[in-house]
Amino acid sequence: MRIHLTLPVLAAACTGLFGLAIGLALFYAPEDADQGLSQRIFYFHVPLALTAYACFGWGAWKALKYLRTRDERADLESYVAIHQGVIFGALTLLTGSIWARVSWGVWWSWGEDELVLFLVLFLFYCAYFMLRFSVDAGPARANMSAVYALFGVVLIPVSFLAIRLSKQFIHPVVFKLDGPQMTGSQFFTFCVCLAAMLTLFATLYAIELAGKRLDRSLRELKELLTA
Amino acid sequence: MIHARALAKRYGDRRVFAGLDVDVPNGGFLLVTGPNGSGKTTLLRVLAGLAAPTAGELQLPPRHTIGFLGHEPLVYRELTPLENLTLFGRLYRLPERGERIGMLLERFGLWEVRHERVSTFSRGMQQRLGLCRVLLHEPTHLLLDEPYNALDAEGATLLDGIFEEPRTWVIATHEPQRVDRYATERLAFA
Amino acid sequence: MTYASDVAALARKDLLLELRAKETLPSMLLFVIAALTIFHFALPTGTSDVAARGLLWAALIFTALLGLTRAFVAEREQSMFDALILTPVDRSAIWLGKAIAVFAFLVAAEVVALPAFAAFFHGLDGRTVAAVVLADIGICTVGTLFGAMAVAGRARELLLPLLFLPMAIPIVVGGVGGFLWFLVLYDAIFALLSWAAFEYVVSEV
Repeated sequence: MRIHLTLPVLAAACTGLFGLAIGLALFYAPEDADQGLSQRIFYFHVPLALTAYACFGWGAWKALKYLRTRDERADLESYVAIHQGVIFGALTLLTGSIWARVSWGVWWSWGEDELVLFLVLFLFYCAYFMLRFSVDAGPARANMSAVYALFGVVLIPVSFLAIRLSKQFIHPVVFKLDGPQMTGSQFFTFCVCLAAMLTLFATLYAIELAGKRLDRSLRELKELLTA
Repeated sequence: MIHARALAKRYGDRRVFAGLDVDVPNGGFLLVTGPNGSGKTTLLRVLAGLAAPTAGELQLPPRHTIGFLGHEPLVYRELTPLENLTLFGRLYRLPERGERIGMLLERFGLWEVRHERVSTFSRGMQQRLGLCRVLLHEPTHLLLDEPYNALDAEGATLLDGIFEEPRTWVIATHEPQRVDRYATERLAFA
Repeated sequence: MTYASDVAALARKDLLLELRAKETLPSMLLFVIAALTIFHFALPTGTSDVAARGLLWAALIFTALLGLTRAFVAEREQSMFDALILTPVDRSAIWLGKAIAVFAFLVAAEVVALPAFAAFFHGLDGRTVAAVVLADIGICTVGTLFGAMAVAGRARELLLPLLFLPMAIPIVVGGVGGFLWFLVLYDAIFALLSWAAFEYVVSEV
């Protein structure tokens, strides 16, 4: 399987990038004048968010592929991508919450559009897993999961717009988690962190996919032997 | 005609059947036997075009020429026989359905109760209505899954009569003796 | 125009089924009044009009969920999907017929709910009524699709709210804020998606 070659490379790249990212974020990037040390969490929070979007997008892409080709592998890939997306989404919510706590003393801010969006998406994609658990394996489950994954990805911009609009009648107390305006060194740090996160996704995706495929092969073998 | 080579069906990890060859020429009669849970129902669903095979090649006649009766009679319980058959008559775009519906209801002894809700019927009567529904659009291919199961004696006699008609048949039953004499092909599930 | 007549035949069937069973609509009516009553007790005095209006939307969404959960029960319990997809009708017609029927139930419930709300809390303007109608379209189109999904699984009554509520958030925002254009946008996007996706949800082949 291709995975055998790419997995060690990915893992190595991931480790390397992460080491670099952490070093840069903590030491290299200049300290923010207003928020100080806590602002550095931005270098992880935003890449986590962007990576989560990438996960959901990739999952939707594989879902579309499944609907067109009915290839079960695409269903598995879609599932794994969305699984990763939920993990990264949860981490986004967590880091966002920590950042809000450290910056403003509150654990949550309804004024942070992106944070609220992630809450909605988190709810949506958790329901994806409830759907999968509730239906027996087979083409029906794969079809429905794929359709739901596509709805999710369309929901992202629609929800974002809704959240924006809701501020017209909700007026939350705005605690803005501002990233820096990003000078050269900050931008470089940010890019490295983003690359690290995306590589982490790719690595975890490959690992989980390989594991699940192995599982599947084992069970098929078992079936054949006991039949 | 129905033709399949190396047909396999799997639900997730659960393998239902594999490596099946099916050849039912026009006018043929395939008798599928085997205990419950052996895969007969799944095979019938695949041959009816309701489920996609996991592997193998499958050649089926056009959808509207197929009639399928599953374990359920596939009729709406809260509607009357007339309403049920009128609905399916519309959905099958049958031109003069009124006449055909009347004829079928009469033939299967349901004319008297045509305005009563199916939920008030016995299981045998519901199955008879299911047979009416299946024959409504005059399919050339009939796939019946355990048709004798829910039928009463009167219905069984009526069903016996249908087999004389020129059609392509696939019947799954665990009581093959009743229809064995018609069978041109046989498939036994373990 | 056989597509239209297919849809009509199917919608008629669903309305007829409900007329006979008399389960869904009475439950929805009772539920929405009960919900509004609870909301009265849940709101402290001096709560703004906007807050009360927001609760109207919550009541409507949950009432709609009640109707949607029941939508495909007959098809699932009597295995009717098999019979329907063997007919020559387009699978999306099944969805549209069902969505129209659910829409009718929802509107019928709202014909009672909205005046009740006006009596319990405060009057409603034309904009809110328009928003309710537009929201109903979004609820029924998406909800019918998800209802078909939920009914294929084991824990169907639990599953549909989980699947549907995140999708309902933009509807509530559009409704409470009176953003009619946004509701139209939502309806257009998701009705199209639901229409296209239904055949995958209802049939394996």
